[in-house]
Amino acid sequence: MREIALHLLDIAENSAAAQSRNIIIDVHEDLYNDVLCACVIDDGCGMDSTMAQNVQDPFYTTRTTRNVGLGIPLFKLAAEMAEGRFSLVSEPGIGTRVEAAFRHSHIDRMPLGDLSSTFLTVLISHPKIHWQFFYRVTDANGGSHEFRFDDAELKTELGDMSLTEPEILTFVRGMIEEGIEELALTVNSLDYKGENDARN
Amino acid sequence: MPAIKSLDELRRVREEALQKKQMKATPGNVQVIVAMGTCGIAAGARDTMKSVLNFIETEKVSGVTVTQTGCIGLCEQEPIVEVMLGDQPKVIYGKVDAHVAQKIMKQHVQNGQPVRENIIHI
Repeated sequence: MREIALHLLDIAENSAAAQSRNIIIDVHEDLYNDVLCACVIDDGCGMDSTMAQNVQDPFYTTRTTRNVGLGIPLFKLAAEMAEGRFSLVSEPGIGTRVEAAFRHSHIDRMPLGDLSSTFLTVLISHPKIHWQFFYRVTDANGGSHEFRFDDAELKTELGDMSLTEPEILTFVRGMIEEGIEELALTVNSLDYKGENDARN
Repeated sequence: MPAIKSLDELRRVREEALQKKQMKATPGNVQVIVAMGTCGIAAGARDTMKSVLNFIETEKVSGVTVTQTGCIGLCEQEPIVEVMLGDQPKVIYGKVDAHVAQKIMKQHVQNGQPVRENIIHI
């Protein structure tokens, strides 16, 4: 995997496979504390503690076609390579929370990547799940900025109209892409200002 | 407050989509399934998915269901895409990058002609 966003897609697919009804993907870039935190929370079938431990082992899988499962171990490794930490908390019947934290400025920290594509992909592929996406940025001065997307209103409004009708697709993609772009622009302009201040 | 598109706008877009859909309803059920296991994602399934959605948007193709499946045990062939047209048998494609995805959408989904060179026979 080349991006944290791709790992998030992979982990969210696990959540969807675990019969979740509600899934939250939460990304927090905290430049003030130099942490990047990426988290997927679901209310799916959950795992007991043995299994929650096992899935972190690359040679464990529930799949019958092969006997390795790499998704979670790879995400864990990516976090640990960047002086981060990884946690997986799960409760049978309640759900699972997977969280990877990275040192934001670490040279081996994977790029965050294309979050909007990840969001759009899971939203389209699992229309029956209630999705919430949070992308928060704490700038170097401690100010916070955020993008929030909750598909509930959108889906009520759409009724039985499919998300993959071209006009709807354009609308939803625009909503996600523009929201994230705008946030990135705000934060970048702040960074830029910071640099200028330092030079003067 | 970011310029989030308003719900009023969504209502208008929905009405438009509904009218267009009724005008040219696609015969039967059309499904495009992208494999999204860890192997698929690592091989570029998200770009494949993006390309499929992009085609739907730019060519204004109505009535296609786009969905996902997990690993089907052919990881070396990823990204894998399956196409189902009505009650015809499912066609499985391997090594579907963004470019091949466009070809499948145009040739197979729109015109009913499978893209032979990428079909996986199992």
